[in-house]
Order: sequence, then C-alpha cells, then structure tokens
Amino acid sequence: MRGRVLIVDDDPALAEMLGIVLRGEGFETAFVSDGDAALGAFRRERPDIVLLDLMLPGTDGLEVCRQIRAESGVPIVMLTAKGDTVDVVLGLESGADDYVVKPFKPKEVVARVRARLRTHDDLEPETLTIGPEADPVRIDVPGHVVSRNGDQLQLTPLEFDLLVALARRPRTVFSRELLLEQVWNYRHAADTRLVNVHVQRLRAKVERDPERPQVVVTVRGVGYKAGPP
Amino acid sequence: MTAAVALTAPGASPRARGVRRLSRAVRARWRRSLQTRVVVTTLLASAVVVGLLASLLLHQVGSGLIDTKTRTSLSEAQSGAAQAQTRLDNLKSISRQAVDLELADLVQELSDRGAAGSLYSVVAVGTSPDSNAFSSASVEPAAVPGDLRRRLNTGPGPLYAYAPVPDGSGRLVAGLVVGSVLRTPVGLDYHLFHLFPLSAEAQTLGLVQRTAVGAGLVLVGLLALIAGLVARQVVTPVRLAARTAEQLAAGRLEERLEVRGEDELARLATTFNVMAAALQRQIRQLEDLSRVQQRFVSDVSHELRTPLTTVRMAADVLHEARDHFDPDPRRSTELLQAELDRFEELLADLLEISRYDAGATDLEPEPHDLVRLIDRVLDQTAGLAERKGSPVRVHSATPGPVVAEVDAVRVERVLRNLLVNALEHGEGRPVEVTVAGDDSAVSIVVRDHGVGLQPGDAERVFTRFWRGDPSRARATGGTGLGLAIALEDARLHGGRLEAFGRPGRGAAFRLTLPRQAGALLGTDSPLPLPLQAAPASARSDGAAVVKA
Repeated sequence: MRGRVLIVDDDPALAEMLGIVLRGEGFETAFVSDGDAALGAFRRERPDIVLLDLMLPGTDGLEVCRQIRAESGVPIVMLTAKGDTVDVVLGLESGADDYVVKPFKPKEVVARVRARLRTHDDLEPETLTIGPEADPVRIDVPGHVVSRNGDQLQLTPLEFDLLVALARRPRTVFSRELLLEQVWNYRHAADTRLVNVHVQRLRAKVERDPERPQVVVTVRGVGYKAGPP
Repeated sequence: MTAAVALTAPGASPRARGVRRLSRAVRARWRRSLQTRVVVTTLLASAVVVGLLASLLLHQVGSGLIDTKTRTSLSEAQSGAAQAQTRLDNLKSISRQAVDLELADLVQELSDRGAAGSLYSVVAVGTSPDSNAFSSASVEPAAVPGDLRRRLNTGPGPLYAYAPVPDGSGRLVAGLVVGSVLRTPVGLDYHLFHLFPLSAEAQTLGLVQRTAVGAGLVLVGLLALIAGLVARQVVTPVRLAARTAEQLAAGRLEERLEVRGEDELARLATTFNVMAAALQRQIRQLEDLSRVQQRFVSDVSHELRTPLTTVRMAADVLHEARDHFDPDPRRSTELLQAELDRFEELLADLLEISRYDAGATDLEPEPHDLVRLIDRVLDQTAGLAERKGSPVRVHSATPGPVVAEVDAVRVERVLRNLLVNALEHGEGRPVEVTVAGDDSAVSIVVRDHGVGLQPGDAERVFTRFWRGDPSRARATGGTGLGLAIALEDARLHGGRLEAFGRPGRGAAFRLTLPRQAGALLGTDSPLPLPLQAAPASARSDGAAVVKA
C-alpha cells in the first residue's frame, strides 16, 4: 500500500478514471462528488492526500480546501480547469500545496501525488536551526517537529519540506526554479507562483513579523535564502 | 506655413525670429481662445466707434469755440473802428499830418485797450503806397494777410480772415484778423486791422481733446473688460464641458456636467449629460457582452476539459497496455494517443485566442533576461530540432543579459511558436536566433533557411489557420494558431511581430518589445531586418513587412 487518495470531483467519469489510474499505481482510493460531503468524507476516510476539483456542486473547492486545511496538514492537490492566475493563486492561498491543470496526463497526476507523498526515509537524527541566532527556529527533521522557544509550530508537510530545504544549506540562495525542483519535485520549469504563495504561508507561521522576515529572507531578483540576512 | 517659417529661419536675425515667434504665439492664442477673440474684436470695434465719436465731438466743440470768438471779435473790432471813424470825422485841422498824428494816437489807444488781457493788437495801414502805417508795439504791419487788404479795397468791411498773429509775448499763434476801412478828411482811406490771437481757444480745445482721448481709451478698455467678462461667462461652461468630454473619452464614464439655471448653457449641459449617459449605457452593454463572452470561454474551457481529461487518461491507460492488443487495436490506440495530443494543443490555442478576442488577457510583466528565456525555449524544442535535423544557433548582438519587463510565459510562448515554425519549415537547414537590446527596446529575430515565403505571404502568416502550402500542410504539425497567438502576445506587450521572407531563401520573424512594460515602442528596432539587404525593387518578391 502506497497511500490513500481521496478524490473530490463531481464528474463521475473523471473520478472513476482517476481511480483506475491511481489504483494501477498501487494507491487506495476513495471518492466524494459533493462539496458539502467533502469534509465528512475526509474525516471518515482519513486519506494521505486529497485530489480536489475546484468546481464543485455545494460548497466550492476553495472552501473545501480551507475546511480541510483548518484541521489537517494533509497534502492537497487541486484539479483545475483554468490556468488563470486568479484561480490558481486563490487555490494556493486557500491551502492547496500544488495543482494540475486539466486536461492532464495520468503520469502528471501520479507524479504530483507521489511527490507530495514522498516519505523521508532519513531516519538519522538531524536537528537544524534557521533564523536569527538570538531567537532561532529549531527543526527536528525525522520527528517532523518545528519549534521556537519550546513552542511547537504547526506546519504542513510541504511547508516543512520548504523550511528544511532552506535550513539545510543556510548560505545558499535558492532560485524559485530550484525550490520547485527540490520541494515540489518538478523536473521542468513550473509555475513559480507556487513558491511565492507557500513562502508567504510559511512566513505567516514562522516569522515574528511576516512583514519583516528574519527566517526566510527574500534575495531580490534571485530567490530566497535562510535567515538571518 | 510652418514649413515656410522653418525654411527662412536660419538666415533671419534673432530679433526677426523673436518677432516671428511672438506673432506665432499670438496667432495660436487667437486660434485657440474664444475669449481672446471676443476681447480683441470688441477692443478693435469699440476703438473705431469711440474714435469716430470723439473726432465728431472735437470738431463740434472746435467750430463752436471759433464761431463765438469770431462773433465777439467782430463786434469788438467794429466798435473800435466806429470809435476811430468818429474821432477822425471830428478832427479839427484837416491835414495829413494831423490825420497821421490822430491815427498814431488812435492805434496806441486801441492797442492799450487790446493789450489788457492780450485780447488783440492793432494795425492801421494807408491805402496809398506813400502813406504811413501804424501798429501796436509787438506787431509788424506785414503780419496782416495781403489777401484781406485786397478784399478791403473792393468792399467796405468789416472783413475777417484766419491767419497767424502774434500773441502777447510776440509769438505767432493761430489767430483772427478783422479789417475795417477808415475814411479820413484828407480823402485818404486807411485800413484798420484788429489781430485777435486764438491761443485761449486753442488751449481749451487741447484740453477737450486730451479729455476726449483719455475718456475714449478708458471706455475702450472698460468695454474690452466687459466683453472679456461676458465671454468668460459663456466660455467657462464650454471649457468645463470640454474637460468633462475629455475625461469621458479617457474612460471615466461617470463624469457629468453640473446643470445650473435654464439658459442655453444649461440646455447644453443637459444634452451633454444625456449623451454621456447613452454612451455609458452602450459601453456597459459592450462590457457586459464581453463579460458574458469571457464567462462563456471559461465555461467551455471547463466543460470541455473535464471529459477531455477522462478521454486522455483512458487513452493513456490503453496506450500503456497496447502491447497486449492485436495489431489493429494497437495502431488505433497509437493514433488515438497522437491525435489527442493535437486535439489538446488545438483546444488550448483556441481558448487562448478566444481569451484575446474577449479582451480577457492580462499582462504580468517582470524583469527577465531574454537570453535565459531563449535557452529555456531551446530546451523545450530540442526534441523537435533533433527530429528535423536543424541545428539552432543563438547569437547575442549585445553582450551580457538582455533584460526587459515582459510576461515570461507569453514571451516564451511567442519564441516557442516562432522556433517551432522555423523548425517545421526549415528543411533541416540551420535556424538562427539573434537577440539584441538598446535603451528602449529589445529584439529577437528567428531566421530559417527553408522554403521561405511566397510573394504576399508575409501579410498572411499571422492569419488564423493559414497554411503556406496547402499540399504539404497536413504533414507538418502545429495548430495553425501559433503565429496568430504570437502576434497577440506581442501586441499585448505593446510590441511588434514582423515577418519577412523570400521563396527558397527562408523566412525571418522579428519580435520587438519595449524594455519597460507599458512604454511606447519607436519605429526602429535594435536588430536589422534580415532578408532586406536586396534592392528595394526586389521587395515585391515576398519580402513584405507586417506590423503588429
């Protein structure tokens, strides 16, 4: 068993087809076709990842995304019919980790799902610090725990991966493309807005003042690096 | 007119140039300002009218003054002459000497009377050449006009004439000369002349003149001021209307004029507002229509893409399993797969084009290095280049990065379309990509050495679904929308996409974009047009230029 996927889509043919493809790749699947029932299904099925169509009857996809994110860090991949800026950014800001644009190829979905379910086999004890020396953020990598001053910070797995990637090479400036490759597992150039939106989400959780970031610092024109600047 | 000025200007002196500049400024002001025209016209017209009135007035006053003076002078002279005649008639001894003495005495007496208040001076001249002449101290007898003396010889008098006469201080001023005939007991006639200077009248007239001119100037000035004020009352609302119209034209459709009163201007404002409202309604309708269209495109996009995704995945699953099929179903699966790719591309391009048609596109410009964008596109098209056997050479005409504020996604798409087009039609010969930038613009030329363009094709390559050579069309890939979309992308950046080509010598596409997003592009480009070196007469063989 490689993981349990909850497919939230109102199109039965597409949902079934997704099921066939994902089961062919060894995933377990569960389905829900109504936005109103999505949160209930999520609680019942306890999936490892959610595939979420943004256009749903009842509660719309963005709202479902927010509801799930409110109670879990489970990876969410949006299925969107539009490549339009607004929809993608709204989806990402609602808590989605990644998105695929219809019409997608089966391999794309599988690759996205795999990338988000990638388990870190590094069970070596590893502790990283990031941020200002006086007030650092500590990361217990195998334990998936992030804390500052003993207070635990709740990060989604994606945000955790992003933070770890930056913290492991504190003197390196990461371009958005490099982060897409390392954190999202994109081998080709993808949408750099993914990085922008998730850096903002991450900052909202780990920075004392997200307006003046000390942990994840922007390097103008290049990308991001671990703080302090 | 401007050209003529420019032609003569180099030789002209600075002063002449200054005058010309001033006159140009005045003319411009005259053309542009209704208020100026009204004020200037009023000024000129009232100056003419006031001038006429003033000269009429002065004439009347002048002749009135002279008439009065002439009447009083005549009676004064008459009484003088009568008194002299009486004295001469009562003369006791009748001799020339006695007459001369009496006359000298009389002239002295009259002179003394006239000198009081410098009213007049007196001259008495005998009619015979040998007779004596008597005059007041300040007057020469020659001062009497000869014409008047001749007239006195024929008629009795008193007669008068206007002539220069000495005033109290001996200066010659305009004056009146009245002559009478004196009969003497010795049988010799004398002419007695009273010379009245008119200096007091001249003074009065001068004062009246000055007053009239001053009053006239003030009047004209006031009239101009009033005209300016009146014109302003009319012009101000018109100016306001013009400004509001400009704002409307600039897209601020909610702008309206304030309606005050019930006059013509109020009616103008009301009509203007009605027009603005109608315009706003029309534009809103068009906007609504455009929104409906956008919505439709978005819906179609979603509705089409969902089943297409299912079909796509089903085809992929079949494709993966094709090795277990018989030859025919296997080939069918392969065809299905390949055509689905084309179908997807076509759908994507159609949706993109309809987004442009609906005006539902927006630009996200950020500084990007075009050299890096080209590299990225080369990576994406490396497979196609290899299949076609065309090496792609990149050449940067300006050293270092060529940075411009562009929407990377769109510019990459333009370059991809141009490169795919060049590779598809390049006949396996090399494809050259050249990039360059200057202060205001950046440019990329994609040049192939393939079949080229037939005469007139350069205008048509951007037409949707246009294919250069129908017989070979289907063998090549592409949706037929690539260049049309590229053109729209270039336009969205405020840039240009131009095509050049010659049959058998290849084709070239030049993309020129402003360095700063939103900046206006000049007519020239940092890169020259390839395939343009031939003489102009060769232009007819297809090296046409299409500008976006």
